[in-house]
Amino acid sequence: MLEIMLFVVFPYVALAVGIVGTIYRYLTNQYSFTSLSSQFLENDLQFWGSTLWHYGIIPTTLIHLGGFFLPKLMFIMHSTPETLYLAELAGKVLGIMALVGAGIMLYRRLTVSKIREITTPVDWVILSLLFGQVFFGLILAFLYRWGATWFLHTATPWIESLTFFQPAPQYVTALPLAHKIHFLTGFLLFALMPFSRLVHIATFPFSYMWRRFQLVIWTRRKVV
Amino acid sequence: MKVRSQVSMVFHLDKCIGCHTCSIACKNIWTDREGAEYMWWNNVETKPGVGFPTQWEDQEKYHGGWELNDKPKNPELKLKLQNRLQTFTNLFSNPAMPTMDDYYEPWTYKYGDLFNSPLGDDQPTARPISRIDGKPIDIESGPNWDDDLGGSNIYAVNDPLLATMSAEEKQRLFSIEQLFYFYMPRICNHCLNAACGAACPSGAIYKRAEDGVVLINQDKCRGWRMCVSACPYKKTYYNWSTGKSEKCILCYPRLESGQAPACFHSCVGRIRYLGVLLYDADQIEDALKVPDEQLVQRQRDMILDPHDPKVVAAAKESGVPDGVITAAQNSPVYQYVKEWEMALPLHPEYRTLPMLFYVPPLLPVLNATQPNGTQRVETDLFSSLENARVPVRYMSRTLAAGNDELVIKSYQKMIAVRIYKRAETVGDVTKEEADAALAKAGMTAEEAEAIYHLTSLPNYQERFVIPPYSREGDIEELYDPQQRKAEMGFGKRQGPQRGL
Repeated sequence: MLEIMLFVVFPYVALAVGIVGTIYRYLTNQYSFTSLSSQFLENDLQFWGSTLWHYGIIPTTLIHLGGFFLPKLMFIMHSTPETLYLAELAGKVLGIMALVGAGIMLYRRLTVSKIREITTPVDWVILSLLFGQVFFGLILAFLYRWGATWFLHTATPWIESLTFFQPAPQYVTALPLAHKIHFLTGFLLFALMPFSRLVHIATFPFSYMWRRFQLVIWTRRKVV
Repeated sequence: MKVRSQVSMVFHLDKCIGCHTCSIACKNIWTDREGAEYMWWNNVETKPGVGFPTQWEDQEKYHGGWELNDKPKNPELKLKLQNRLQTFTNLFSNPAMPTMDDYYEPWTYKYGDLFNSPLGDDQPTARPISRIDGKPIDIESGPNWDDDLGGSNIYAVNDPLLATMSAEEKQRLFSIEQLFYFYMPRICNHCLNAACGAACPSGAIYKRAEDGVVLINQDKCRGWRMCVSACPYKKTYYNWSTGKSEKCILCYPRLESGQAPACFHSCVGRIRYLGVLLYDADQIEDALKVPDEQLVQRQRDMILDPHDPKVVAAAKESGVPDGVITAAQNSPVYQYVKEWEMALPLHPEYRTLPMLFYVPPLLPVLNATQPNGTQRVETDLFSSLENARVPVRYMSRTLAAGNDELVIKSYQKMIAVRIYKRAETVGDVTKEEADAALAKAGMTAEEAEAIYHLTSLPNYQERFVIPPYSREGDIEELYDPQQRKAEMGFGKRQGPQRGL
């Protein structure tokens, strides 16, 4: 029963809260959609923390999503020992980058008094969870080797079963505790998105790639 | 021809007394809030000096504005900050981001200590504390920190423009008892080719087509802070509390109700002029792809004569309302910028096409070689410009992208008007000398009278020719006021508070 709650009900609730909440917040309080950057108040630690974090976590997240939704491609990509080694190495390097980045960000918020002043309670929650999430991810990577492969036979079918509304929690219920914590924290972070600054992910400015440099807005003339 | 209208500005530096009333008027209305305390949408700088933020003119440090590639056959403009791809790679930590140290840390005083301190032998003091974390701070910089320190070897020597000047010119600026400085009030230039808007990843910065005011949509801003680096004038500011960028809005709510912006309205020296310029938007790109020395002339060429029937017809076709065309015909800015060619844009070499123009300061322009800089007016003033206490080069570096001729021409007109009026009122200059001065400056007596009038005697309506807006009649109603009668009103009902 608990397993159904944790690995079927909770993911659905978390996704619903994350998606509906973010859309609701966008529609009702778009003003609050911002990265809340604090680079202006402190620049040196920010560079190392934020750069390492984002350059580590964005590829890692994309690779996870690739594992969920393009398992065949991922399987091909590490089907030989050489490529598997490479995949493992890349995952670990990116994970360590993200962990160090998150660590620096935590340290910065704790020690720089100006930054501490503008840190909200939810910032602490989010940053700690993110740090923990990456930490557990690395635990899995180092203690349970060849994650690139077993990932595709445990997490992937579970996520797939959730995607097609035929939940099969048995794929993950037998896994060790570290795995379970990592899975659950992932969904928890998604659920927290609308309640935190994580909404800035939803407004990544892709359109800058092709938009015109100068924007001129005309008032709409009344049609008589 | 695509005619657009721009509410433009002229600041007559020869009249600025550096009182900062403009800055205070602006601060009281717009930036007296948490996160905005350090912002000065309007500030007044002492030049030569480092400015605000410190050394904002040093684009090797801040990477603001646009750059022209060095291929004369295939000229192309690009942001000095970064290309589109780099915008994404630098999104997480902007390498050219100025920090609070480049401005100053806002502070207040612990006034409570004056009342609540226990009885003692010494007088209680109110210590300065940071307005960010409340901790005691040592105040090391502030707005106008180098106010009036024109010849200072701590501040003024760090003026980025001095690097381009000869040793002799530098010496002239710093010689004891001959010190020279002037005031430069600055607001957002509401550029035609705004670098802040071009750099904004979210596309939150836009130009209002009806009056050319450049604004940041606070709902669309995501705090990526590229505008702060990209604006070469450093006139967009990052609000550290709300996580949004903010800038001068040219008091558009005041403009829409027929009032001059607060800084214009409150100006004690009456140095500020506001009026409409009609310009040809089709020429924007080509006007920027020219060598530095030609930039000002090309910008002037873009500005259209509102009295020309062809321009009026084209303006009507482009949807410029009749009232705006009339305002353009009466615009004091048009007279200073185009008719008299006295007002010049600030740092045109940044290639943003700023629409705020400055009449260079004339005084003290007299010959540096005379003792105490004194000189009889009727002696050859024009040749003394080369030896003027203000090196012409300094002004041309500031206002004409290094084109000395433009500055000299502006000065010649100002001097000619002086000689002309002196012949009339004081009488120690003969009429022939006055006529010769006018001829040399290439102007008529009528023009001299007009310049004199608009410089010295203009009333409110002459200084500020605000176009009629009539938004309530022109603009499509998005909300029916009748339907909302019993409600609290429409629009934003929550304050600009920091998000989660």
